[in-house]
Amino acid sequence: MAKLTDYNNNLQNDFPILGKKIHGTPLIYLDNAATTQKPQCVIDALVRFYSEENSNVHRGLHYLSQVATEHYEAARKRVTSFLGADDTYSTIFTSGVTEAINLAAHGLGTLLLKPKDEILITQMEHHSNIIPWQLLCEKTGAQLRIIPISDAGELLMEEFERLLNARTKIVAVTHVSNVLGTVNPIREICSKAKEQGAISLIDGAQSAAHLNINIQDIGADFFVCSAHKMYGPTGIGVLCGPAELLNRMSPYQSGSGMVESVTFEKTSFRTVPDKFEAGTPHIAGAIGLTAALDYLSDTGMDAIESHEQQLLAYGTKVLTSVEGLRIIGNAKKKTGVLSFTLENVHPHDIAQLLDNDGIAIRSGHHCAQPLMQFYHVPATARASLGIYNSKQDIDSLVNALHTVREVFP
Amino acid sequence: MSNSHHLYEKIILDHNRAPRNFGKLPSPDIIVEASNPLCGDTFQIYLQLDGNVIQALHFEGNGCAISKASASLMTTLLKGKTKSEAQNLLESFQTMLNSEPTESMEESELGELVAFSEVRKFPMRIKCAALTWRALDSVLSSDESCTHPTK
Ligand SMILES: Cc1ncc(COP(=O)(O)O)c(C=O)c1O
Repeated sequence: MAKLTDYNNNLQNDFPILGKKIHGTPLIYLDNAATTQKPQCVIDALVRFYSEENSNVHRGLHYLSQVATEHYEAARKRVTSFLGADDTYSTIFTSGVTEAINLAAHGLGTLLLKPKDEILITQMEHHSNIIPWQLLCEKTGAQLRIIPISDAGELLMEEFERLLNARTKIVAVTHVSNVLGTVNPIREICSKAKEQGAISLIDGAQSAAHLNINIQDIGADFFVCSAHKMYGPTGIGVLCGPAELLNRMSPYQSGSGMVESVTFEKTSFRTVPDKFEAGTPHIAGAIGLTAALDYLSDTGMDAIESHEQQLLAYGTKVLTSVEGLRIIGNAKKKTGVLSFTLENVHPHDIAQLLDNDGIAIRSGHHCAQPLMQFYHVPATARASLGIYNSKQDIDSLVNALHTVREVFP
Repeated sequence: MSNSHHLYEKIILDHNRAPRNFGKLPSPDIIVEASNPLCGDTFQIYLQLDGNVIQALHFEGNGCAISKASASLMTTLLKGKTKSEAQNLLESFQTMLNSEPTESMEESELGELVAFSEVRKFPMRIKCAALTWRALDSVLSSDESCTHPTK
């Protein structure tokens, strides 16, 4: 495996897709906040599973079923340790962050919420950390409260403290904004929430592959992340939370694999994690995720963070050389997410023209419409960095943006 | 896929930079909302009818160059047309966006709209070009098209 030593690294070689040409030019992939590319070791793990180990888990006595079960449960342990959780936590495999939050909302709703209780989220949440809570409020009579942000894109912490009160039952906050890159002060948030007796949930979709995560150090009750944004496969993610609390929450989906006994009169459920994993899980996905976590750990989360910080600083500096470019999201603590607008050019037209040079960025509302409303923009263009990006990638981006400027003077 | 620079024909860039008939009408008969929730483009179309004839057509809102220029050209081309003339042009435009160029596609009829013929090669952008046209079509083809706006 290549090493991440400086910001012109050669990790690209670990990712077969990065050798592809798009419209005849080499792919420059800057859409990592949407999904990351997969290293060969992750692809190999999936191929190995399907070609040598494929079987269903839990219920089989035959050899392959035992191998698959062992690997699936080993994957669970690997994720738990990657997130810094001890055995008071349970790691539940979900299809991704979206399902993880829905699962938590469903279980916490019936367990905790009464009319007039409050759920706190922020102005910068992704739709998947808004809508499950909104629907839960409709169902229970609880109320959604929004922590406001500054123009720079930082949470107004004094407002958070003002909003937090004895009726606050759940505080659900993103670790890192997928639009702004803001790294939120989640330790402080979780600790203040705990003081009020509220349950905290941290959306780690945009942090887990970019920052060191330790759920105990953070002090979060729940932490959720998606493998596909962590160089792992699509279709698998994680909800990590206190086993004791999860055991009191009602199941999200029901079916096989999660029951003790079933009669037509009554079903009794297993304890976590099985209780929340009805049906055949994404076994290959869990195994692919393990390979991705090994890849991240081998590369080193500290090295990844400092690599991406260097690129972010460089990118922030050179992007502003483009006339009429405005960066949205100027928090002091950011990850490698660069959202911007370009005067007189719609973000879709920027993305379309960059595609011509093989540069993949994203344009639109990034599933964060309330945040777009806050900034009074219909959409932004967003370049988001990953471990394989280099200074040259940023230079190519800036050159292409100068060309966009020429097309749309 | 072909070079996306070809998408941005001069006339499209011009209508994008300086959209025609941009802004509300003082007393429209109909206001139509045209939006694409996937990308966030949103336009309002203001329509004033004199019997069957489109007396005035304005629009405002926000979207990419393709959707904005297309809306702008639409307002210039359909003013003064009868409902059925408008619908015919609408149909030809949609056909041009969605199919291979054919001999029968009369350039004269499409006029400046030919600038959008490259859009066909970018399937993601067809809905941008067609956005306001389809919204207008939906009211022109409905019988209650003379209801007053609820503002
Ligand atoms: C901050 C944030 N939360 C949640 C999600 C949803 O993740 P998934 O689509 O993997 O469920 C995303 C993905 O875009 C995200 O960026």
